[in-house]
Amino acid sequence: MTSIIGPASYKFFGIFPAAILSFVLPIIGIGLFAYIIARRIAPLVRANPDNRFDQIGGRIKNLALVWLGQIRQPRYMLAGVLHIFIFAGFLILSIRSTTLVIIGFSDGFTLPGFSGVIGDIYNFFKDYAATFVLVACIIAAIRRGIIKPKRYAVPEKYGKDHTAEAVFVLGIISTLMLSESLFEASELAYEFQHSGQEHFLAPLSLVWIFKGMLASAPQNILQGLHIFTYFVHDLAFFFFLCFLPLGKHFHVITSVFNVFFMRVQKGNVKPVMHGVSDEDLDDLESFGVKKLEDFTWKHMLDFYSCADCGRCSDQCPANAVSRPLSPRFITIKARDLMFKNYPLSGEIYKSEMLVEDIYTEDEIWSCTTCGACEEECPLGIEYIDKMVDLRRGMVDEGMVPQSLQKPLKALEKRGNPYGKMEKKRADWWAKDKEFKAQYTIKDLAKDEADTLYFVDSITSYDDIIQDIARRTSIILQKAGVDFGILGKLEKDSGNEVLRFGEEMLYQDLKEQNTEAINETGVKQIVTADPHAYNALKNDYTDLPPVKHISQVVAQKIAAGELDLKSCQDPDKVYTYHDPCYLGRHNGIYEDPRQALDAIDGLTRVELEKSRDRSFCCGGGGLMLFYEPEEETRMGVLRVNMAAEAGANVIVTACPFCLVNIQDAIKVAGKEGQIEALDFTELIEQHIA
Amino acid sequence: MTQIFAYIPYKNGAAEDIALEFPSAAKKIDESASLTAVVTGSGADLDKVVEDMTGIYSEVIKVDNADLAYPNADVVRKALANIIPLDAIFLTAHDTFGMDLAPGLSVKMDSSYAADVVDFEGIDGTTLKAVRQELGGAVSTHMTIDIASGAVMTVRPGSFAPVEGGSAGGSVTDKSGDAGDLSAKRKFLEIVEAEVGDVDITKSDVLVSIGRGIEDEDNIEVAQELAEAMKAVVSCSRPIVDAKWLEKSRQVGTSGQTVKPKVYMAMGISGSFQHLGGVKGNPFIVAVNKNPKAPIFQVADVGVVEDILDFMPELTEAINDL
Amino acid sequence: MEILVCVKRVPDTAENEFELNGAGNDLDRDDLVYSVNEWDNYAVEEAIQIVDKVGGNVTVVTVGDDESEEVLRREMAMGANNGILLSDDAFEGSDGKGIAAILKAEIEKGSYDLIMTGAQADEGAGQVGGMLAAMLDMPYASLVNKIEVGDSKITVGREIEGGNQEMNEMQLPCVLSIQTGINEPRYVGIRGIRKVAKLDIPVKSASDLGVEGVGDAGAKTKRVDYFVPDLGDGAEMLEGSTDEIIEKLIEKLKAKGGL
Repeated sequence: MTSIIGPASYKFFGIFPAAILSFVLPIIGIGLFAYIIARRIAPLVRANPDNRFDQIGGRIKNLALVWLGQIRQPRYMLAGVLHIFIFAGFLILSIRSTTLVIIGFSDGFTLPGFSGVIGDIYNFFKDYAATFVLVACIIAAIRRGIIKPKRYAVPEKYGKDHTAEAVFVLGIISTLMLSESLFEASELAYEFQHSGQEHFLAPLSLVWIFKGMLASAPQNILQGLHIFTYFVHDLAFFFFLCFLPLGKHFHVITSVFNVFFMRVQKGNVKPVMHGVSDEDLDDLESFGVKKLEDFTWKHMLDFYSCADCGRCSDQCPANAVSRPLSPRFITIKARDLMFKNYPLSGEIYKSEMLVEDIYTEDEIWSCTTCGACEEECPLGIEYIDKMVDLRRGMVDEGMVPQSLQKPLKALEKRGNPYGKMEKKRADWWAKDKEFKAQYTIKDLAKDEADTLYFVDSITSYDDIIQDIARRTSIILQKAGVDFGILGKLEKDSGNEVLRFGEEMLYQDLKEQNTEAINETGVKQIVTADPHAYNALKNDYTDLPPVKHISQVVAQKIAAGELDLKSCQDPDKVYTYHDPCYLGRHNGIYEDPRQALDAIDGLTRVELEKSRDRSFCCGGGGLMLFYEPEEETRMGVLRVNMAAEAGANVIVTACPFCLVNIQDAIKVAGKEGQIEALDFTELIEQHIA
Repeated sequence: MTQIFAYIPYKNGAAEDIALEFPSAAKKIDESASLTAVVTGSGADLDKVVEDMTGIYSEVIKVDNADLAYPNADVVRKALANIIPLDAIFLTAHDTFGMDLAPGLSVKMDSSYAADVVDFEGIDGTTLKAVRQELGGAVSTHMTIDIASGAVMTVRPGSFAPVEGGSAGGSVTDKSGDAGDLSAKRKFLEIVEAEVGDVDITKSDVLVSIGRGIEDEDNIEVAQELAEAMKAVVSCSRPIVDAKWLEKSRQVGTSGQTVKPKVYMAMGISGSFQHLGGVKGNPFIVAVNKNPKAPIFQVADVGVVEDILDFMPELTEAINDL
Repeated sequence: MEILVCVKRVPDTAENEFELNGAGNDLDRDDLVYSVNEWDNYAVEEAIQIVDKVGGNVTVVTVGDDESEEVLRREMAMGANNGILLSDDAFEGSDGKGIAAILKAEIEKGSYDLIMTGAQADEGAGQVGGMLAAMLDMPYASLVNKIEVGDSKITVGREIEGGNQEMNEMQLPCVLSIQTGINEPRYVGIRGIRKVAKLDIPVKSASDLGVEGVGDAGAKTKRVDYFVPDLGDGAEMLEGSTDEIIEKLIEKLKAKGGL
């Protein structure tokens, strides 16, 4: 015998050709896999439409960075790096695995182009890949099985623990790595014994180690091991393939699609129904997501793709204050339902109202739409659109908490959630006699100006927040901006009306505002309210460009048109809190910081959770009216974070953040130690 | 001469405070009117109330019938329709019983009807002028009531000055025999008592009472701290109970508890009459509210226009520093 | 079960600031916002919930002008099956009894097992339900905060003083006036109202109903004017800095036994 017998030529008991088995196994495996996938696609076919073939450039970029580049993984360093190793290993080893399947019935098969030097180089890398994957699996198994990070725990109300499945899969992957390496090592050891020919092997790789161990093993053992490990690998490979779509490891298959189809544009909300224009909304029988099949196919793909890593819920402020919401289980409960209603064989079950069946009303209202979950998800799973769609369904069914019904009705009747009279919308100017004497604010219903200052409801009507309107006006005036306001023609921007699922009311507000704004002929819009900024910029269409006041200030400072004095309180330590609708949803992180840093002598520290990981203050707009079940307030946690960072002034650039943080300071008992300040107040105080 | 009959509500053998207020109301309707108290019921409780009423009213009608033992409005209405002269003026309290009884009685007696009257401005011919409130107390109105064929009216408890009782030496007329058929299609079953909470707010001399101004459940702690400093108990208005921030047993008002403290700290309470209806015994009322137009300032002894969330912690601190 | 709920279009107390007009005898109605009376909304929700459980229909009826159709639509969007608008110039100026007489005429044209009203409306009288029951010679309960439906009888809880609940057994048909808090009324948005925009709402006049003697001429109780009462002295307002206020307040509290 000159060489080890490969699986393609091997005969069991000397008569039965192994090639038959290695030919049949892939056929069964692939057949079964195709069947399972077909069943899994069934609900997606019945789902609502989605528009995910636009913005191809952005999608390819996401594919390159988020999927292939795994850039979101190292946000959780250890788990992220382990995942990158396993992910990269899988990519490299996929070629080897494909080759191996074919080797089962064709001895010495190599993929085209992999026979020469390239093959040698590839082998060098794949040997290390297998090794690293195995090491990563062992560390991961220790983490999941023994250390058990809190993030992975499943609270009782959400179902069973998922650790067993996770460790089982790590076991299969390890089996694949070990069998592949042993298959190769047994052949090389045999060959070495026979011919004394030494192959170059990646030092310290699994193959290298195994070959060393097997160097003096009897030849019949090596032959047996060679065939045995081949079929172990083949079986494990096809078992794994068919096992993937049965649970959280489906992401191994779906991730590439899910990332390609993920949200490209930020800050906006999906239309009620893709393909139905705003004008035709009245013709729709039903609004929003009520039953499983009302989700779009992409949102269903999201459910399949969740790897259960728990990062979303770890970042979720609602979850942090023990509201009855954990984004991870929004997905997992839906996936469990999909598996239940669309079983692998037999009848498809009719789905029931999701809110009642798997979700609760409070769960869906608990979301502040801050976007921390979406920002974190390595698979590009979306939550805000789903929350909005579920709320649209609830609003359509009349399931709206009493605490939200009043402001919604007030918005319908008066255009603001407080039920205040329209004619008092400009009272922030008219009522402050001192201010009125000094500054004239143009009413664009009568006068003309280049710029519209969109004030929005809370800044127009809340006694304390009205100050932001006055400061903003002073800043604009001193920066030489020719501006005016809509006065009583302005309605609530509707940012939260839309996100709380009251689509038709939002449409109404949008139409009224759009008409009033376009009537004025302004060239740009400025606002100090990030929620208004977001709605006007991302939800409205056909408006002049919109700027947040922090952008105006930063630009005017850079252009030398606005000078700031030295810091009035140089002993204080300032920190900037990123409002969700300025930062995460619109990417404005630097402008406010630049403006703050332009104040000479101002000491500024960064919060640990800042920029795209900023922690929501508790939510704005209608969220102020909602009475959630929670153990503490988000704002209190945020104030504590600022205290830990050693700050004693929290500067924010959003009226809702200001309200929430000011309240939270009182609740946290930190009055006198920490104060909250709006960006406009700080800047206006420091205008030279 | 105007004949006025006043229906006396009572509980456990004790007449409600309004029994002392009807005489003032009657005088404001017509100085020279005759005023008769009407007491219905059965047994010892009835006798006791009738006895008490002879100290306040010169004439008392007593209607004793086992069917009237519990004041079921549908039954009482039948009895009264047979006993009260159809062209008389009939007064009762604008309380949960009066609201049940009176509108239907005005139909049965074919009389004019006016509800929740807070003041009378005398009779001109057959027209009685009265004052009431509308839109939750936001505005008042003058009403004219044609009393030619009698009138049924409910008056707001606490709106008329109570008289001194005890010496009227009134006579009692037993009209039990005139009550007539008292069968009814509504049957009283039982009273389901409100759940008794951990604290009895009716026993406290000082109450720190919170309303909508507290804004959030978490802020209740701030009121709790003030109450501790004042050795008081925290009570509240209806919205706080509706929001389930405090239990029902803490609610002051007509649909909650009736309290008689010495000092009543109304914190962020606007002061609807339903709420104030539960505050008895003329306490010293301190009102803190950020809305200077809040009606509570009209009834309070001392008022402060501030946000209670700012004011209460400072007051607590100042008291603790004493 | 056939249920009729009587509703009313009223100025919304939550979304208005009431001011008198220039002459001082009426409200300044220019900027007022109207909606369905809050108590009525609870009554309609309760009726819908009962019908959901035991079957039947909910009809909403109102006495008012053309604009009152809006509140009927809103209640139909909630789930009421039918709406009826009773409208006639001859109805204007009716007092509580006049309204009850108009409603009675309509009720006698149908066959209802249960008639509901709100416990009170904008005028705060709480009168129409009780009057209607007496006119129809039906049993009546006011301030109802619980309803359990049985065969030909219902068990009804009333909100009474001290936060207690008075339980009664009532024979059908009967009239109930509903207190807030009995349920959580469902939300009706613009979309809901648009969905029922095309449903027919019959309008009935005085002659359709055969009622006479209602309206201003028949009213024995009339509103003469509106006014903002002079409430006397009111509270002694403490002014100054917070510290000064607290100092003054503590002195007073000490004197009155608050400390």
